[in-house]
Amino acid sequence: MPFVHKHLLGIQHLTASEILTILDTAESLFEISTREVKKVPILRGKTIINLFFEPSTRTRSSFELAAKRLSADIINFNRQTSSVVKGESLKDTVLNLEAMNPDALIIRHFAAGTPHYISTFCRSHIINAGDGAHEHPTQALLDAFTIRQAKKNFKDLKVVIIGDILHSRVARSNIFCLNKLGAKIILSGPPPLLPLEFKKFGVDIDFNLDRAIKGADVIMMLRIQLERQQKSSFPSLREYRNLYSLTKKRFRRAKKNAIIMHPGPINRGVEISAEMADSAKSVILKQVENGIAVRMAILYILLGGKERDSID
Amino acid sequence: MTLLIKNGRVIDPASGTDETLDILIDKRKIAVIKPKIEIEAKKIIDASRLVVAPGFIDMHTHLRDPGQENKETIHSGSLAAAKGGFTSIACMPNTLPVNDNRGVTEYIISEAKKSAVVNIFPIAAVSKDQKGKELTDMADLVDAGAVAFSDDGLPVKQSHIMRRALEYSKLLNTLIIDHCEDKSLTQDGVMHEGYYSYLFGLSGMPASSEEIIVARDLILAEKADARIHIAHLSVKGAIDYIREAKKKKVKVTTEVTPHHLLLADSSLESYDTNLKVNPPLRSKDDVEALVKAIKDGIIDVIVTDHAPHTLDEKNVELDNAPFGINGLETAVSLILDKLVYKNIIPLQKFIEMISTTPAIILGLENKGKIKVGVEADLTILNLHKETVVDIEKFKSKSQNNPFHGWKLIGAPVMTIVGGKIVYSE
Repeated sequence: MPFVHKHLLGIQHLTASEILTILDTAESLFEISTREVKKVPILRGKTIINLFFEPSTRTRSSFELAAKRLSADIINFNRQTSSVVKGESLKDTVLNLEAMNPDALIIRHFAAGTPHYISTFCRSHIINAGDGAHEHPTQALLDAFTIRQAKKNFKDLKVVIIGDILHSRVARSNIFCLNKLGAKIILSGPPPLLPLEFKKFGVDIDFNLDRAIKGADVIMMLRIQLERQQKSSFPSLREYRNLYSLTKKRFRRAKKNAIIMHPGPINRGVEISAEMADSAKSVILKQVENGIAVRMAILYILLGGKERDSID
Repeated sequence: MTLLIKNGRVIDPASGTDETLDILIDKRKIAVIKPKIEIEAKKIIDASRLVVAPGFIDMHTHLRDPGQENKETIHSGSLAAAKGGFTSIACMPNTLPVNDNRGVTEYIISEAKKSAVVNIFPIAAVSKDQKGKELTDMADLVDAGAVAFSDDGLPVKQSHIMRRALEYSKLLNTLIIDHCEDKSLTQDGVMHEGYYSYLFGLSGMPASSEEIIVARDLILAEKADARIHIAHLSVKGAIDYIREAKKKKVKVTTEVTPHHLLLADSSLESYDTNLKVNPPLRSKDDVEALVKAIKDGIIDVIVTDHAPHTLDEKNVELDNAPFGINGLETAVSLILDKLVYKNIIPLQKFIEMISTTPAIILGLENKGKIKVGVEADLTILNLHKETVVDIEKFKSKSQNNPFHGWKLIGAPVMTIVGGKIVYSE
């Protein structure tokens, strides 16, 4: 099924077949990154701007490499050295950048809905690289890609997502994505960070991780944001670690061939023990590798235009 | 100067009038009310097929003057009010500087005399600089012309200060109005907390933040035997507390805005900053409960909570936008169409809630009624007129209104203040 959207603002409004189209495209582009000459001319002449209003290493570099491997020109906008610190409004900043005729803007912003807002006054393709606690669509897509790599298909897979669900855009995008693909999702975390209304997204909730993790195929840890503890969302990191850290002992309750995922950056020894992060069951670095292929696929699908047939 | 309004359907809830009558206005005041007045008047208005109501009163407006005249001035706000069918508006004290002393109250009153086309009634702050620490000189402010007291969007946090304000208000027979929000619960919230805030990834403002302060205020008002007016009620839980309090004869009154009656939290899907308002647009259940509370007589008044903000301030990320909807020019048509035309509340009830009752609550003796001898403040409605909300045509200096493009049936077509036509279609 063709991908009909101009922007990638989130997963919520994509269909399962659109998601699979992206994953399939990513699969065919994956090999490029393993070549000696890691570059194809598919997006030659296209200009992309990485517009990051929040710190990021993984996502920003991943988009940058994805664009470069497709021969697009990409520049990075850095909030600290930009006119934003001089008080320029977001809209003015974006309109000024757009006056330089880019083809796509990749947006990371701390306020939910910002990519959506920008799309209301912009001509370029908008790609959401994470907006507040809302969505992080490329993360969910690369996670789905990684899961498919390990598990072949999604039907009836038991996926446990653990941690600060309330503030996690990764959790939301993954819930939307994996639900559409037919997986069974269980959320676990401390109640203040896991409102029961999340059940309406079509997931199960179990605050007790030891129970939730039983028989899991995929264990997805979320980064615990250390500043949340200062807002009294849970008593202490010690308590959090005791109840929700992924330890070897806890992992034994999952299926034998379960995989461990984490969007990074990880807090070793907090939400995940170093032992588990580095174990053979961990696909954390695979996620990073796959991220490039998935982002290449997104750029190709949105910007590829007529050249689409020339992929092979 | 005489003005004769002929053949209008005169509805005056204060006297229970609803019949076709003529009204003669002479020297600012209503001189004669009876069927078929045969007299040579300087100006005659044919009000056939129109409704003549006592002038509408908005007891919750923000005029931004002094201090933020780029958003609204007393002059522009009064023009917006007149166009919206309001003959009197009470303005909240969150100006720059705060209306917490005689100087600011007198400025508002004198500026209104100079430049306003409708009556302006200042509401003064409960505490100095709205800081919630020391009470303002309330007697002095009443003497200067303040009609009520409120700390508005920075509600009195300490129960002790609220208690003292309520007690002291009895001395002056004045009114305390409270925006009920426990800010320790709303924190950095931008919309109603619930399924939709979780779906959109936006920080939530829980219903409990309103319920807790409503409950507290009701307890304090009961103990103090003082009057309390709950501003812009928005959640079902708070309605239930007020219903119980009214049964116990606590001296509580309350108000609701058109946007809380017509819009729900799900609309934030658009991330439109014009939908960012405090209290936030609530759940569908809350919206239904508010409409029912009007029918049950729990809610006394309809207000606009007119909160003008410039285009630039609202043209930002949702998290960074200020709260507030520009409401003076849409409130009456919205209620006429969505509640009156659709037979959810009777027209008489609506007029009572937007004229008769606010006049009583604010102690404006000669307002909110059509009676011989009172200042001729009248709002004339055409119940069949179709309008399309167009923010470009606003008289207000700001355009932050989410109803742009809505087609509505029923509109104010003429506004008369002190016998003078201040707005006419």
